[in-house]
Amino acid sequence: MDAHLICDADHRYGDGTTIEARFEIPQPGFSVTVLFGPSGSGKTTALRLLAGLERTDRGSIRFGGATWSDATRGIHCSPQHRDLGFLPQAYSLFPHFSVTENLGYGLGAQTPRERNARVAELLHLLDLKGLADRRPSELSGGQQQRVALGRALARRPRLLLLDEPLSALDRPSQLRLRKDLRALLRTLDIPTVLVTHDRAEALQLGDRLVVMDQGRVCQSGDIQQVFDRPSDPAVAAILGVETVVRGQIESIAEGMATIAVGSARILAADPGSLGWQVFVCIRGEDVAVERGGGSGTESTARNRLPARITALHSEGPLVRISLDCGFPLESLVTRQACVDLSLSEGDQVCAILKAAALHLIPHD
Amino acid sequence: MDWQAIRLSLGLAALTTASLLILGLPLAYWLAFSRRRWKFLVEAVVAMPLVLPPTVLGFYLLLAMGPRSPLGRAWEGLFGSTLPFSFEGLLIASVLYSLPFMIQPLAAAFASVDRGLIEASWCLGESRFRTFLRVIAPLSWAGILTGVVLSFAHTLGEFGVVLMVGGNLPGRTRTVSIAIYDQVQAMDYGPAARTAALLLTVSFLVLTFTYALRRQQRKPWTLI
Repeated sequence: MDAHLICDADHRYGDGTTIEARFEIPQPGFSVTVLFGPSGSGKTTALRLLAGLERTDRGSIRFGGATWSDATRGIHCSPQHRDLGFLPQAYSLFPHFSVTENLGYGLGAQTPRERNARVAELLHLLDLKGLADRRPSELSGGQQQRVALGRALARRPRLLLLDEPLSALDRPSQLRLRKDLRALLRTLDIPTVLVTHDRAEALQLGDRLVVMDQGRVCQSGDIQQVFDRPSDPAVAAILGVETVVRGQIESIAEGMATIAVGSARILAADPGSLGWQVFVCIRGEDVAVERGGGSGTESTARNRLPARITALHSEGPLVRISLDCGFPLESLVTRQACVDLSLSEGDQVCAILKAAALHLIPHD
Repeated sequence: MDWQAIRLSLGLAALTTASLLILGLPLAYWLAFSRRRWKFLVEAVVAMPLVLPPTVLGFYLLLAMGPRSPLGRAWEGLFGSTLPFSFEGLLIASVLYSLPFMIQPLAAAFASVDRGLIEASWCLGESRFRTFLRVIAPLSWAGILTGVVLSFAHTLGEFGVVLMVGGNLPGRTRTVSIAIYDQVQAMDYGPAARTAALLLTVSFLVLTFTYALRRQQRKPWTLI
């Protein structure tokens, strides 16, 4: 059985730059595929190829058994006929239409009665009641984002494309809407492709990660797998954080959360209202290694985890130490520290993580 | 005042503007959005009347409409009359002569519509034509208004082409500007001054009205 969406398409710009978009979405139904990478890496072009807004110059795009684009057979299904919901980065709400008219814009084929019912449903779903008659210029950024999302959902698309859906918002709104967005996408039960350059956003919203750099896909797969095993140092650098592991909050006391990660328990500052499933992000620099095992009792603000060294890699003045402490953990230490402790593969050591240095991202 | 000439000029200007709108909307759309490499050729042809002496344009039009040309023969076969020195011939000449005054504001307005809005409309299932009607045209109202007003005013004021193609037949091709010229030639300054003042006032009012409406757009001042 073929994957639901198979994208293997190149777009060549006039100046010779080529963007190669190569990834899949295995099944229909709810899943969020994140196109992740630095700006200029080709994420948005990949999304526009899916939307049919850019020409496929090589390869093909197949969705649900139908061919959307095929360069060799000269097939190009227009954006009008792909049955998708597209949320552009700038939202692109029609300035001369009210919220109601924007939401109902794509529903011309329906009777006025059906259209009104659908618009009312969307106003309710996206919490826009009371704003129905406003123009886009009279809305806040967050409200505009919701109208644009509602407009994209109005026709019940089979695929949802979101281009940096939160980047135009201020930081507090971003954090609030991230949580709501995934919950909303789950209820819609359609596959979503989302473009972002924000790691936390990718982790919080995504199920699958497609890492892009310099116009091509470096790696794609389950989000945890990609973070666990970056295919090369370039991908690791783009991901920008050495360890990302799924964990479950077990208890919260005095502002500290106890999180079960693999077979280990770690303490982290509780950022509040997270839900119970989280991604724990740990930078290599924040992981210290000491000789001697055992869990310490002298400091509650520190996590001391017995660990075994599985690999050592020299990276210039630093050494990257791969540890197994009930979950895979990466540490970056100076070469000197490594020599002083005479570390080698297989050694039993103690990994120390500052609770304050752990970054928790909810993922329900 | 020569009311017959004034009525003829107003009729000619109205018909020219209407024809230009019908012709101009698709042509300006094509000029604004086409990526053809030879588009610049069409742009140059459309802009020609801006720089060409009216007599040159009129001369070629006369040749093109003449009884020995394909256009002239086809016209005569269809309607049994000749094009030169007729109102219909004048209308064709006016349309060509005012073409840039309609096309350029339209194309500029269409091209300045946010591309994202057009693409959003496509992704919502609306065809290119429907997107034009629902998004591009409403957001280009100021450019369309400018095109209409400039075409109308320009036709009202044209002289050289009219003289070449239309001649000076009262009630058929004698327009206001020709009437004024005639009156001045005949040293008949009184009617000439009144007709000229009328034309001046109409032009001023129409342009004032247009720019006042466009004020809301907050765009830098442009003639076209």
